[in-house]
Amino acid sequence: MTATGLWPPTAQEVVLLLLGVVAAASALLVVTTRQIVHAALWLVVSFGALAGCYLVLTAEFVAWVQVLIYVGAVVVLLLFGIMLTRAPIGPSADLNSGNKVMAAIVALATAAVLVTTVVDGFRQAYAPLVPGRGAAKALGAGIFRNWVLPFEALSVLLLAALIGAIVISRTDIGGKD
Amino acid sequence: MHVVYPAVLAALLFSIGVYGVLARRNTILVLMSVELMLNAVNLNLVAFDVWLGDALHGGQGLTLFVIVIAAAELGVGLAIVLAVFRNRRTVAVDRLHALAEPGDDPDGSGDPDGPGGSDDPDGTQDSGGPGARPARPRGGAV
Repeated sequence: MTATGLWPPTAQEVVLLLLGVVAAASALLVVTTRQIVHAALWLVVSFGALAGCYLVLTAEFVAWVQVLIYVGAVVVLLLFGIMLTRAPIGPSADLNSGNKVMAAIVALATAAVLVTTVVDGFRQAYAPLVPGRGAAKALGAGIFRNWVLPFEALSVLLLAALIGAIVISRTDIGGKD
Repeated sequence: MHVVYPAVLAALLFSIGVYGVLARRNTILVLMSVELMLNAVNLNLVAFDVWLGDALHGGQGLTLFVIVIAAAELGVGLAIVLAVFRNRRTVAVDRLHALAEPGDDPDGSGDPDGPGGSDDPDGTQDSGGPGARPARPRGGAV
């Protein structure tokens, strides 16, 4: 399939656009909702829609890793954090700090600059979707053949983060006073 | 698939994350916004990996690495948040502007776990020790 115009979008692009609308809208709800537990649950919707975007982009292994780690682990970790900091369950008025207007201005400026640059730079870029490019076999071969050293370094990093989290959160390990 | 669609979506998600980091007060909500920004980067990586047709799968491999690093970052970040909550009884980022711990005076005269203990109304005690920090000029301490 050759490169066509930006409009009308193909069926895959329509699916990606719909998933993108879901992801962006739920992300907007994450940063604007007044109930902190709802923010975590909207984060699940956003991450799930992003996993759908990965699936449309033929990155299926990344999509399942996204579901497993983000939707499964990260959101549960965030909910544990919400629970352990005794956040109120109902709507709370003080979730936003005072610089909301300035934050909106900065975010809109960032969005304007990024969208303008991206649209200007990649208007003609067309990626043909080949099914199976992001399957577990191809990705595993890539990681364990070419990216073994970063993979091993990542395991050391995970161990360090694990030990660090335990040391920080335990109370019976004192400092060197 | 035009690269513009996922790239613009990633830019929008990143901007939403920027807004959340700047506007939210609760530290856990700030961490959620950071995760949104990392996801925007991941979407960019996947889209450009598909576009370039990288034989080494660099983009999607880096996406997996970013996901793992984000999980590690969130683990350490939540541990720090819980430690701060244990000491200060709050996780509001705009109330955590004291560099010293509440009970960190050299002569031990401060109360260690008072509510809202980050605001030490008398900034005169912390001078004279070897690890003394100069009192910040602070207008209108509540």
